[in-house]
Amino acid sequence: MKKSLILGVMVMAAVLTLAPGIWMVSASLMPAGQASSLPPKLFPSQITFEHFVDLFTRLELARYLVNSLVLSISITAISLFLNSMAGYAFAKHRFAGRDRLFRLLVAEMIIPAQVTTLPLFLMLNKVGLINTYAGVLVASMATIYGIFLMRQFSLSIPDSLIEAARMDGASEFKIYWSVILPLSKPILVTLAIFTFMGAWNDFFWPLIVLTDDSMYTLPVALAILSGEHVQDTELMMAGSVLTVLPVLIIFIAMQKAYIEGIMIGSVKG
Amino acid sequence: MTGASSIRRAVFLFLAPALLPILVFFFLPAVAAFAISFTDFDIYSLGDFRNARFVGFKNYIQLFDDTLFWKAMKNTLYYVLVGGPLSVAVSLAAALLVNARLARFRGFFRTVYFAPVVTTLVAVAIVWRYMYHPRFGILNYALNFFGIDPVDWLGDPLWAMPAIILLSVWKGFGYNMIIFVAGLQSIPGELYEAARIDGAGWWQQFKRITLPMLAPTSVFIGIVTMINNFQLFAEPYVMTQGGPVHSTLSIVLLMYEQGFRWWNMGYSAAIAFVLFGIILVVSLAQSKLQKQSAL
Repeated sequence: MKKSLILGVMVMAAVLTLAPGIWMVSASLMPAGQASSLPPKLFPSQITFEHFVDLFTRLELARYLVNSLVLSISITAISLFLNSMAGYAFAKHRFAGRDRLFRLLVAEMIIPAQVTTLPLFLMLNKVGLINTYAGVLVASMATIYGIFLMRQFSLSIPDSLIEAARMDGASEFKIYWSVILPLSKPILVTLAIFTFMGAWNDFFWPLIVLTDDSMYTLPVALAILSGEHVQDTELMMAGSVLTVLPVLIIFIAMQKAYIEGIMIGSVKG
Repeated sequence: MTGASSIRRAVFLFLAPALLPILVFFFLPAVAAFAISFTDFDIYSLGDFRNARFVGFKNYIQLFDDTLFWKAMKNTLYYVLVGGPLSVAVSLAAALLVNARLARFRGFFRTVYFAPVVTTLVAVAIVWRYMYHPRFGILNYALNFFGIDPVDWLGDPLWAMPAIILLSVWKGFGYNMIIFVAGLQSIPGELYEAARIDGAGWWQQFKRITLPMLAPTSVFIGIVTMINNFQLFAEPYVMTQGGPVHSTLSIVLLMYEQGFRWWNMGYSAAIAFVLFGIILVVSLAQSKLQKQSAL
């Protein structure tokens, strides 16, 4: 009795949670105009993929898809590399002022990113990086949070492994590359998912730094297009499906690593 | 031989590639923003920085007299103080559900509740904008079944902010749910057993054991949610452009418009620093509260 009550509540909550997504997919498959009819239709009378075709022909969305992919993948690759090196050095190398430097870095996390946008924009404007991939990239090529996570993980790697490699005459970079990185695989996977999704979904900074529409990422393009195509409900829903789908697939495929990452991050914020 | 000096060089080569970009593209801009907030930096200074003049606290004083700023502040506080607790409450309820002893298919439900978190905010904001449509939107259609008259969600100054809050609760509750589940699982089971032997009911157990034991987690979640909520931007940008009659204008949206639409960058930087000041105070309160709840 109590068991089915709990199940009932959970199912209801799940239906409410999924409803916007189901409607988004459903509307993206409706013939034009059907999502704005009375009474509102929940499911398409006949399924059509014309809006997805439209996205790539009329709206030339492929360009934005490529921009989003290139940026998200390069941000993930570069920041993973830089953060893991720094995190390892903070965890396993002794040098003067190390702990103070690390504390200072962590304290900077309190600065909201929006505060930095104006001067960063002016700076990039001076050196001609506005409206370039590099302009988007510089803001997230290394992150304090990433360094923090990598350091916490590196601390758990036994010193003896590093000492042994050093005895064998391995260079410091070689130790990082062939001892530390392989051992850090779990945290690297987690951080990669976080970074990729964050970059894919990012809106504020790309909106500011990408001023020419050929450079837009998907979220920026979608926000701008949704203002111009208010009436084309089905088309906009197709665009939303296309934008959300990649991150949703990654989440479903990698959710264990993703959710563990949240736990690590929340232990000591 | 790998001497101490080669290790020192290695440390530098490990740290510099990450720390240099953080210094140049994050820390220095933050310092520069502070400086700019004391100048009249505008579109004329954009071409030549020397056109900007030091104006002291003028921007901050002007902010104080700007009704639009106070409007944005009020709206943001509304979002933080209503949306935040609501979101945390829904997260806790969801965590209790998926963690219940009698619950089935926990993994599946956890995934479902979490899914909105990973979605692209801009995309779902557009979806919700259509769902909120007064005539064709499925929300009013659904409410109609319960005999509720259609609401002009995004067109009515009274309802626009609640509509944005509803979207953000839906979008975000899964995240804190996960953290609450971790908190719930760290509560020793013996506590509940002892309480049951004493004849305590579900509500008693919740009030006397669950809530107090979750206090540190709740403080953490509450503060982080609050800090995030102060940075409201994409939802009003996409759904309402701050309207109707500025009822969803947030601090960050005002900062964006002043800075990147009207190029009043000095003024915009001042807004950014007021936001920073608020977040700083909230964060300091957190560390204080956390020390207390750790005692």
